[in-house]
Amino acid sequence: MVNLRMANESQNRIDAALSGTDARLPDVLPTKGHVIGAAQDPRDVTKHAPKIRIDKASLWYGTKQALFDVDLTIHERSVTALIGPSGCGKSTLLRCINRMNDLIDSVRIEGKLTLDGEDLYHRDVEVEILRRRVGMVFQKSNPFPKSIFENVAYGLRIQGVKNRALLDEIVETSLRRAALWDEAKDRLHESALGLSGGQQQRLCIARALATSPEVLLMDEPASALDPISTAKIEDLIHDLRERYTIVIVTHSMHQAARVSDRTAFFLNGILVEEGKTDQIFTNPQRKETEDYVTGRFG
Amino acid sequence: MVTTASPTLQASSGGRGRPGETWVFVTAGSLLTLIALLVGVILLLTLNGLSVFWPHPIARVTQNDGSVLIGQAWRGEAISQDSSDTDAVRMRTLYRIGNRRELGSEFQWVDDDAVKSIEHPPEIVFIERLEWGPALGTIRGVKRAGVPLADLAPDDFDAFDDLVDEARAERIGALAPRVDEAKLITTLELADGRTVDIPLAAIERIVPANAYGPVDRVLSWCASFGRFISENPRESNTEGGILPAILGTFLMVLLMSLAVVPLGVIGALYLNEYAKQGPLVRFVRLAVSNLAGVPSIVFGMFGLAFFVYTIGAHVDATLFSDKLPTPTFGTGGLLWASLTLALLTVPVVIVSTEEGLRAVPRAQREGSLALGSTRWQTIRTIVLPAAMPGILTGTILAIARGAGEVAPLMLTGVVKLAASPLIDATPPFLHLDAKFMHLGFHIYDVGFQSPNVEASRPIVYATALVLLVFIVILNLAAIVWRNRVRRKLQGSTF
Ligand SMILES: Nc1ncnc2c1ncn2[C@@H]1O[C@H](COP(=O)(O)OP(=O)(O)OP(=O)(O)O)[C@@H](O)[C@H]1O
Ligand SMILES: [Mg+2]
Repeated sequence: MVNLRMANESQNRIDAALSGTDARLPDVLPTKGHVIGAAQDPRDVTKHAPKIRIDKASLWYGTKQALFDVDLTIHERSVTALIGPSGCGKSTLLRCINRMNDLIDSVRIEGKLTLDGEDLYHRDVEVEILRRRVGMVFQKSNPFPKSIFENVAYGLRIQGVKNRALLDEIVETSLRRAALWDEAKDRLHESALGLSGGQQQRLCIARALATSPEVLLMDEPASALDPISTAKIEDLIHDLRERYTIVIVTHSMHQAARVSDRTAFFLNGILVEEGKTDQIFTNPQRKETEDYVTGRFG
Repeated sequence: MVTTASPTLQASSGGRGRPGETWVFVTAGSLLTLIALLVGVILLLTLNGLSVFWPHPIARVTQNDGSVLIGQAWRGEAISQDSSDTDAVRMRTLYRIGNRRELGSEFQWVDDDAVKSIEHPPEIVFIERLEWGPALGTIRGVKRAGVPLADLAPDDFDAFDDLVDEARAERIGALAPRVDEAKLITTLELADGRTVDIPLAAIERIVPANAYGPVDRVLSWCASFGRFISENPRESNTEGGILPAILGTFLMVLLMSLAVVPLGVIGALYLNEYAKQGPLVRFVRLAVSNLAGVPSIVFGMFGLAFFVYTIGAHVDATLFSDKLPTPTFGTGGLLWASLTLALLTVPVVIVSTEEGLRAVPRAQREGSLALGSTRWQTIRTIVLPAAMPGILTGTILAIARGAGEVAPLMLTGVVKLAASPLIDATPPFLHLDAKFMHLGFHIYDVGFQSPNVEASRPIVYATALVLLVFIVILNLAAIVWRNRVRRKLQGSTF
């Protein structure tokens, strides 16, 4: 009954994910959607089933409250952008979804978070399985001091995948999707710490993709990338949204407008407004949102 | 216009320099003193330790009263005298004259003023024997089964060496046959003209030091040194080699490391990774670092009481009851000594492992956990490899401390002369219950408990040098290993 205790589904997906996409990799830069409000083919994702439900979630770091009664529904096969000024709690909310906040002793959470209807914080939930289903790319790139290959293969290896051919295949696919393959293919077995900062971030994206999670949490994945890699990542997100649920934190309004179906604006731990991306950017309901998206904020 | 009272960049008053400048010299001076002391210690040990094996020339000293002695100049000193003429300091020299059995004493003082002449005739030899210390004199022929070997010149040392090798077959175990039973016997003429018969089988080596050229001397030095580190001791440790002590120290350090590294690493892992940080953990940490300050003899007492008398007695009662009342593990031995030293050194390992663990970036742990690994998988694949330099530093420190520690060993199993080897062909091959010898204890024993202090002094230096080199080698090996691990972790540059 509680799927978070079983890994079978995500295991099957590893093969399924392999079959289609790697052949038609984006090698042209996106040409449309570079203007705010002109999100490419705006979709109405509210018809998709809800994947993640956040219900009156509040979070405290010790005595300091960082999230206030956040209500948010994230639909299947959609891209949701979290925007807001620095320190407003975007990363904190993201880390609630894969329970990374468990690692901080002082954190206390109230409210209810569900993935496919299952309570994330139920005491029977195995966080390891949850985290396999909900992958994460961190704000600061954090490659392991291992080879590039081993970095990407890491998630599979800890799941016990030993088949070398499968590992090779997944590593290549993941690196291709993260737009790193061409730069890395000749040095797969060199240390990942020898990559540039932007390459390291793309490596972390490849690492998260390798285990084919259902949900991908991306905390400013493009903050250290040049425009070309950024475009590649955005194309990747565009591809992934057909199958995955993506939550992306970004400081770039343009990026949010380009990649996301829905956008949530946070201020001081409060979810101010959430809606269809083009609506948030062209016709915000709240004054704070309008100030922020038009750059008049603070 | 703000130029009026602008402060200058030069020192304000009287060129006394900046405050605290003198401290530079004080600190530099202290450091220099320390370095000088260290270099002094190392030089002293090295020179004294290495000169032991040098074939020193053998002198034939004729004194004014006509008496003659043969010996190696050992050391000199000033004779204390009345204040009448203070300028001329009279000296005397101690000669190692050997022949303890025949002359009663191995050393003799000679006033430098009383010496008429000193020569170094090439035919006198220094003979290392199994018993009674060295013999010095001139070889006057060899008898085989009572018949003198005719064609043997007194300086045909190659022939003597061959005969010594041949006679070795006559030994019974490590013992030489008596003179009246031996087949090969040599006659040695002492300084006073007396002759003594020595069974060739009782001879370890003949050193014709005066006949040696420079190359021979170096070869002889190498041979002596080689035998020093590869042979068993003789004559209550005053002669022979120190192999069992080297082996004992090595095995003890090895076992100690095998015990202390897992123990310390696991302890540090729990403290740093699993335990909820709070007052209790802080207290445990404090206790651990204070443990490092407990005098080592106290650890020895604990080892004796806990390992030997408690655990050892129980092991004997359950596993070796057929041998009781002779204790097997119920008495000091290699295992208990190693475990005692492991306890003594575990704080160092814990402290530096914790430092290593703390240095692992939080982001890397999170990266691993976010991919769905368990806490243990993260520790095993990410945290421990990254903390390896810290762990190795701890190991290095533990080895450095453990290899030189003597006091606790004296209570838990070290002996001056081990009855049986630690490793041999009888199962279980490595005898954890056996008493063992140790370089540090050997220094103490030979230096201060020896019946023949003067003769064993060089062995003390040589043993100290070996101990020092031993520790340096162990540390170097560990440091090289750590650097390799570090380089692997850092990868190439950005
Ligand atoms: N480990 C922590 N302990 C205590 N307070 C924290 C911790 N992490 C974050 N905070 C606080 O929680 C608030 C929200 O932080 P969060 O990292 O979620 O902001 P953010 O929206 O991601 O900002 P940015 O855009 O700069 O990444 C901030 O005020 C921050 O100071
Ligand atoms: Mg953040």
